[in-house]
Amino acid sequence: MNNSMKLQFKSLSQNEAFARVTVASFVSQLDPTMDELTEIKTVVSEAVTNAIIHGYEEDPNQEVYITCEINEHVLHLEIRDHGVGINNIDLAKEPLYTSKPELERSGMGFTIMENFMDKIEIESEIGKGTTIKLIKEFQTTKTLSN
Amino acid sequence: MQLLSDFSIVENVLIVRLEGELDHHSATKLKTDWQEHLRKHSVQHVILNLDKLSFMDSSGLGVVLGRYKEITEQGGEMVVCSVNNAVKRLFDMSGLFKIIRLAEDEKFALNKLGVAS
Repeated sequence: MNNSMKLQFKSLSQNEAFARVTVASFVSQLDPTMDELTEIKTVVSEAVTNAIIHGYEEDPNQEVYITCEINEHVLHLEIRDHGVGINNIDLAKEPLYTSKPELERSGMGFTIMENFMDKIEIESEIGKGTTIKLIKEFQTTKTLSN
Repeated sequence: MQLLSDFSIVENVLIVRLEGELDHHSATKLKTDWQEHLRKHSVQHVILNLDKLSFMDSSGLGVVLGRYKEITEQGGEMVVCSVNNAVKRLFDMSGLFKIIRLAEDEKFALNKLGVAS
């Protein structure tokens, strides 16, 4: 099966729930397990939250973009912002590291994305923005297609 | 779905029961409400009951860790109970279970804190 969809929404925190529920709903055509759905919801929530808090520094007048592609049983997810960009990607990926400790961030966002997805790529440029590319293969459909 | 939070006191323990989804959006208000209850009531310990929590991400970990620090700075303890598998994975990943005690349910949590229920 090949399918795709795009989302664009304002950088408002109430859209975090909208984004994760919408992506999970799109992904449900891959017949995921409950655990897999929770994983997808969690990584979308992490990436969108990062875009809002870090990328746009909570400016509510910006836009967050999500692209979702299904190729057979593989999901390609892209979450993009046109915000400030990440200064040091390796440091940002460190478990428990946060650039905003005053906001009570746990610093676990990228660690969770790495754990819940098969592959993660981070592209970022200072002043231009950040794109998070996430890939996950769904086992259930793989068995069916074999 | 939004987050509902319920606060109650048993002896010297503040019990925080969460229902719904805990993310960055709902974490901000939870933090304020939680801190207000800690200020208003002179409790020593906190029990966090996650039985009805259907979703949590790293923003939730941040709020829990923040309140853990506040309560332990005053010599108290935090016990988390009724945690589902998804939330358990996040706690494990972040190492929070190395510092925060886990209990099966509220009754066991109260026992751990030496409160007879």
